[in-house]
Amino acid sequence: MSPQRAAWWFLAPAMVVLGVFFLLPVIAALGLSLTDYDLYALADIRHLRFVALGNYWDLLHQKKFWSALGHTLYFVIVGVPLSLMVSLGAALLLNSPLVRCKAFFRTALFAPVVTTVVAVAVVWRYIYNTKYGLLNYALGMVGIHPVDWLGDPHWAMPSIILFAVWKNFGYNMIILLAGLQAIQKDLYEAARIDGASALQQFRHITLPMLGPTLLMVGILTVSGYFQLFAEPYVMTEGGPLQSTTSVLYLMYNEGFKWWNFGTASAVAFLLFVIMFVVTALMLRLGRRGATA
Amino acid sequence: MPDPSRRDNATTRQTAFRLLAVVALLLAGCSSSKDARTLTFWTIGREGEAVVKLLPEFEREHPDIHVEVQQMPLTAAHQKLLTAFAGDSTPDLTQLGNTWLPEFAALNALEPLQQRVATSAVVKPDDYFTHIWSINLIDGALYGVPWYVDTRLLFYRRDLLKAAGFNAPPRTWNEWRSMLAALSHPDRGVYGILLPTNEYEQLMSLALQQPESMLRDGGRYGNFRSAGFKRALAFYVDTFRLRQAPAITAVEAGNPWDEFGRGVYAFYFSGPWNIGEFRQRLSADRESEWATAPLPGPDGAGVGAAGGSSLVVFRRSAHKEDAWTLIEYLSRPDVQRRLYDLLGDMPARRSAWDGGSLRTDPKVQAFREQLEHVKPSPSVPEWERIANEMQLVAAQAVAGELTVDEAAAEMDRRADRILEKRRWILDHSRTPAASP
Repeated sequence: MSPQRAAWWFLAPAMVVLGVFFLLPVIAALGLSLTDYDLYALADIRHLRFVALGNYWDLLHQKKFWSALGHTLYFVIVGVPLSLMVSLGAALLLNSPLVRCKAFFRTALFAPVVTTVVAVAVVWRYIYNTKYGLLNYALGMVGIHPVDWLGDPHWAMPSIILFAVWKNFGYNMIILLAGLQAIQKDLYEAARIDGASALQQFRHITLPMLGPTLLMVGILTVSGYFQLFAEPYVMTEGGPLQSTTSVLYLMYNEGFKWWNFGTASAVAFLLFVIMFVVTALMLRLGRRGATA
Repeated sequence: MPDPSRRDNATTRQTAFRLLAVVALLLAGCSSSKDARTLTFWTIGREGEAVVKLLPEFEREHPDIHVEVQQMPLTAAHQKLLTAFAGDSTPDLTQLGNTWLPEFAALNALEPLQQRVATSAVVKPDDYFTHIWSINLIDGALYGVPWYVDTRLLFYRRDLLKAAGFNAPPRTWNEWRSMLAALSHPDRGVYGILLPTNEYEQLMSLALQQPESMLRDGGRYGNFRSAGFKRALAFYVDTFRLRQAPAITAVEAGNPWDEFGRGVYAFYFSGPWNIGEFRQRLSADRESEWATAPLPGPDGAGVGAAGGSSLVVFRRSAHKEDAWTLIEYLSRPDVQRRLYDLLGDMPARRSAWDGGSLRTDPKVQAFREQLEHVKPSPSVPEWERIANEMQLVAAQAVAGELTVDEAAAEMDRRADRILEKRRWILDHSRTPAASP
């Protein structure tokens, strides 16, 4: 048996699995997005119509798609930088030689990542409760009137962002911590000898050396945050006044609640295109930053 | 001389086929082989717990039939049933919410039951609440037997009403409005009524009291711009504008029972399951402080929405005869009464109401009265979705983003869009099954 054929044999199981469970569904979904597959078509295939790009056209003319996209972008634009800053801050603190009980803090800060969203969301819903919540209680102590965190359309998304950042920063923190520890210590030593302040060291050594890691973490977070679903699903059910309905939430509603697989698949592909463009832009910016 | 590369190809193809065969075999192993007389019965929500207690007697009476009950949570039931239909793995029988019945009938998933009812010694159509029975008739064919019924009406604090000078619950919208005004003190966080803005049942009940249907032309278009619906919507929105109800969703309302007990709300617009909730949460000596009353109408006693669950048999079931035997058992008045005792689910047949605690419990009487005056929601498969959109728009009107006229127009626009496929099918279809 030639080595090439042997290689194919080894690859075959993975290829079959990828083909059946990954490639095939994607192609099927693309096909579905060009039809109006729904309940009626499920009952009788003669009720299936080929609509070409009709679903996409329809979606682009619907307010609910644009507002869902707006909510998602709001979440990404506010949430991602906030999440990165918090994780970088936590990583820097954990990396500092002054901190004691590092293992404990590492575990504690990572804990939200491994707990299930639903379980912690229940706890956070209590924290956000208007009348009995801890947050309003704390604000009340400093004389601020209670805020209807999850019930007010203006506050619902910030509340979700706060929750999501708390839930997710630990993951990025661990990656950034690894990145920080990979920076050679003699660079700092040399900088100190040259009389650089802590801020200057951070600005001229830590940030540039951490660049590639930050870019990767940024891309991972952006693509993760674009897929916002579980948080509003558990906390607000997309409300109030649909102010927390994300694109993925819209897709879930169309597909699994109302059984409109044509529209749902179209939403999925639109989201894919948007995420692809954003990631490509980020990569290009990152590359330019590296060469500059 | 044979080409070695071609032989290679052939063997690769052969092995690929073998691999596929193995996969197919493995998948085939997943499907279970069932006992010939095992019935699968799906239940939704808490009914499952009660049914399990009712079944031993059934299995004693029919030792050759074994019933396997699967419980689905209410939030996942609709999805799971549709998935089962799409995946050709429906159970033998299930309970099905009244509003979902047209959808599954349109899917042609349900077995017509007319013939069996006609020859049945147990299921007597005359004994059922007339309007509830008629929901199960779609295009003249019977697809379900009502199991338990519910409707939403008013729970009210009798003591609070009395203190404000009202000796009886409201009978008309005008009376209701003046009571709400007298009992609302938004500055103290006290409101006349709780109407969660993410539940469509309340607005729908008010809309059903109008002469015009919410859909027109055989369910082809929305009819939310009709004078009747606008009147219902205006009444609903005014309740919030006058601050007689807080504009909050059920998520924020959290625990409405305790707050009702503390007098935060004088009225609560809800269903029969709350009788049990209130009894459990408010102490027994406060029993006389609260009561139930049928809905007030625009100018007299009002109708309510016909709700509840029916028992249906799936067309693909291999045990239709046994499934029907179980439906007959669950339809017996004494069994229905036991279900009520276990869970508080109200019987669908009148004779079951003539005995036990149902006859004597004053809190239940309002429901019996209301159940004689109910109207079903429009019988189209898209209704659940349209009602959701209706409520989303209504919530915008409550928030002051839309006027009543704008909201009604927007509801029509959304309903028309959702009904587009239905119009196309009604105009083109050769099969009458898809036109409930």
